[in-house]
Amino acid sequence: MTDTALPTTESSAPGVPLAAISVRSAGKIFTVAKGAEVQALTNIDLTVAPGEFVSLIGPSGCGKSTLLRLIADLDSATSGEILVFGKTARQARLDQEYGIAFQSAGLLPWRSVQANIELPLELHGVGKTERAARAEELIELVGLTDFRSRFPDQLSGGMQQRVAIARSLAERPKLLLMDEPFGALDEMTRERMQQELVRICSETGAAVVFVTHSIPEAVFLSDRVVVMSPRPGRIVDIVDVDLGPGTERSDSLREDGAFFAGVTAVREALHGAPVTPRGADLR
Amino acid sequence: MSDEQRTVKSVEAAAEHPESGLLGTVAIDPTAPALFSLPAEAEATGGRAAAADRRRSVARSVLPPVLLGVAFLLLWQLAVVAFDIKPYLLPSPSDIVGQIFIVLPLLWSSLLATGLNALIGLVLGGLIAVVLALLASRVSILDRMIVPIVAAVAVVPIVALAPILNTMFGSTSDTPRRIVVLIVVFAPVFINTLRGLRQVRPVHRDLMRAYAASNWQLTRTVTLPGAVPFIFTGLRIAAPLGVISAIVAEYFGGLQNGLGSRITSAAANSAYPRAWSYVFGAIILGLVFYAVTLLLERLASRRRA
Amino acid sequence: MTITEARGGRRTGSAETGAGRRRGSAVLWGLLGVIVLALLWEGYKAIGPVAGVEFFGTSILPKTDDRSMPHLVDMLTRAVEPVNTSAGSPPVWIAVIGAALNSLGVAAVGWAIGSVVGFLIALLMQRLHVAERAVLPWLILSQTVPLIALAPVIVAWGGKIQIGTFSWDRWMSVAVIASYLAFFPVAVGALRGLQSPDTIHVELMRTYNAGWFRTLVKLRLPASVPFLLPALRLGAASAIVGTVVAEVSTGYKGGIGRMIIEFAQSGTSDPAKAYAPIAGAVVLGLVSAGIVALIGLTLKRFNRQEAAS
Repeated sequence: MTDTALPTTESSAPGVPLAAISVRSAGKIFTVAKGAEVQALTNIDLTVAPGEFVSLIGPSGCGKSTLLRLIADLDSATSGEILVFGKTARQARLDQEYGIAFQSAGLLPWRSVQANIELPLELHGVGKTERAARAEELIELVGLTDFRSRFPDQLSGGMQQRVAIARSLAERPKLLLMDEPFGALDEMTRERMQQELVRICSETGAAVVFVTHSIPEAVFLSDRVVVMSPRPGRIVDIVDVDLGPGTERSDSLREDGAFFAGVTAVREALHGAPVTPRGADLR
Repeated sequence: MSDEQRTVKSVEAAAEHPESGLLGTVAIDPTAPALFSLPAEAEATGGRAAAADRRRSVARSVLPPVLLGVAFLLLWQLAVVAFDIKPYLLPSPSDIVGQIFIVLPLLWSSLLATGLNALIGLVLGGLIAVVLALLASRVSILDRMIVPIVAAVAVVPIVALAPILNTMFGSTSDTPRRIVVLIVVFAPVFINTLRGLRQVRPVHRDLMRAYAASNWQLTRTVTLPGAVPFIFTGLRIAAPLGVISAIVAEYFGGLQNGLGSRITSAAANSAYPRAWSYVFGAIILGLVFYAVTLLLERLASRRRA
Repeated sequence: MTITEARGGRRTGSAETGAGRRRGSAVLWGLLGVIVLALLWEGYKAIGPVAGVEFFGTSILPKTDDRSMPHLVDMLTRAVEPVNTSAGSPPVWIAVIGAALNSLGVAAVGWAIGSVVGFLIALLMQRLHVAERAVLPWLILSQTVPLIALAPVIVAWGGKIQIGTFSWDRWMSVAVIASYLAFFPVAVGALRGLQSPDTIHVELMRTYNAGWFRTLVKLRLPASVPFLLPALRLGAASAIVGTVVAEVSTGYKGGIGRMIIEFAQSGTSDPAKAYAPIAGAVVLGLVSAGIVALIGLTLKRFNRQEAAS
């Protein structure tokens, strides 16, 4: 895996696409009560190519969400450098270079589905008719046409999450940051949402950083899976998953040998050693 | 979301309104007795069985208090007649009703005068409370100075200010009463609004930061709309207090145009049934203020999942 | 109905240790706020128009002459001068304290009676579901209507009831009104508290074969404390308001309410005098809230959920 093949700033190497994200030896130290310090992340190096789907996986406390928050400039790194499309994370946030979705949908309860999707456009001064048109496209994209004037409390958890994803896509970002967006959904809904997400992502061509703690989810969705480990939070391995382009990933893939191979690879990376394949080959 | 959309939604929304324990700590739960339920709620559930169920539960929750009320009135009437209780102790309900019809025009005009004082005080006090709460949520010095004073105001007999306000504004003015109401109303609205403004969910804060939204945008799109149900809860708590204060402030002298002054003057003339009929007017006024603010609160809080 | 409803989240362990210090600094900041208000008073008096400000015929800002708005210094100096010119007249502040203590006593009697009755009614409602269904709506309704309007009517009992050697004194009318106002919040709060235990706790008591009384003593009473204390505080504040108002309409002499009216009537010649009893009423409210808070401290063990207020 060649992690430094892409240029990280606009000045270098014309013609070669600019990296969507470039993290260089980033670290994050939280100061907790009474001045004690917690090393949440140490020495993180990661490059995400345009259009690439990268999952961050690891046990609780491994800093995967923190890393995402650093990229989104919701927190700032205590050391190292984070560039998003060649800009600092802060500048990228101010320029609205990314869309974001969280574990809880985070919809505003007093706004309808459509008004929730329009929120970022409204904040950034997009005109009313243009907003409505864009919201319409997105509502169709996430399959909520009949629900556009419903309110969040009238939607199921899966539907709320679809609204949140539509909202994150509202400004056609070239980068999507997603923090366990399906974490609170039941398994069936979750698989359906994963399917829709790979479809949407390949249609929009956006790069994605996707935080999860589900191995099958990471494997099914990703081009690469970044495996992290806690105390201190760090990257222990990056697993390449080669399951073909997103448009061709369907439910049958979940039964495929290549999918299982990916799952095994990620599991072994998570556990730090080959897992005894007891009963693994029942077919 | 536009206002029209909200109104269209209101009927079906009322049906799904979560039990109003939305604040958890509100000492009085207005949804408990069916006496207070909105008409929309009773109509909204479909299905014959559900309707029958609902009728039965309405009967179960309405009948006991109504029976108790009727029994109480009958006992009252009987007791007054049987034990020959003098009117200065307790006039009979029938005497009071008779008086109500006699003094009706005066009762109505004094009800309006007191009601207007309460309304003006409520609206102004509410507005000032919301604005100051907004400021206090942003400026910590203001927060630290106002919060203890409001806590003190809540346990202090504010009506005691009426006499000096009468001197300050002149005793021919309604302003002193309105100011008393304003101060009384201020405390609950301020406290509830401030709570609401502090209830911003972290995910919404993160979202707005990710959108590079300005402070004012955060206030306008997230903080303030989120606090609206809290503001109306504050108003609902404040409204009866406001009416009570408007009446009581009249006991301390000044203009003789409201319910409070009529009650005192009737009592001073030993016209006790008449005094009670004005008390009845005061009760009606209190109920109207409570019902209206309760309705507003329900409308404002229906989108709190 | 105000402060108690504003309770925030649960008290955390670390918050508890700092609570005393924070309360102290809250008082200091509050005093700073009072100083700001005082400056506003003097500032407006200095620059405001003497006739006040009218807006479409309604006065919206007060007159600023010395009769309408005395200087703060005058209020303070008047407070240490004798009440009137007769010999042996005590300083105003001593008289105010005496009157405030008198009112505090009457209010305390009313508060105690109202609280006991309220608690008993709550017990009845908890025990008998039908009683709850019949009575509770009236209780809630009565919280929203101005029952204090009855004060001038109840006052009429003074001196007119005589049963054997017992005669109805005016102060008793005042106490009845105070107890009346204290009763409702206590009844509603106690009921909520008695009903607050989780189903699992009630069922646990059932598995122990504990009867209603033992369940009450071991489970419901302790569980009701976090609801009862704010209700008692609210009841105390209401009892003070009730006492002051009832004194005004009874003409019951010796209390702070009456003194407010009397001193305000001498306003024309002696405007600064009226402020001392009003300050006394404010202090009275604060002291009564403090007393209830002290009672609450003894029940601290049962009161883990109620946030510091």
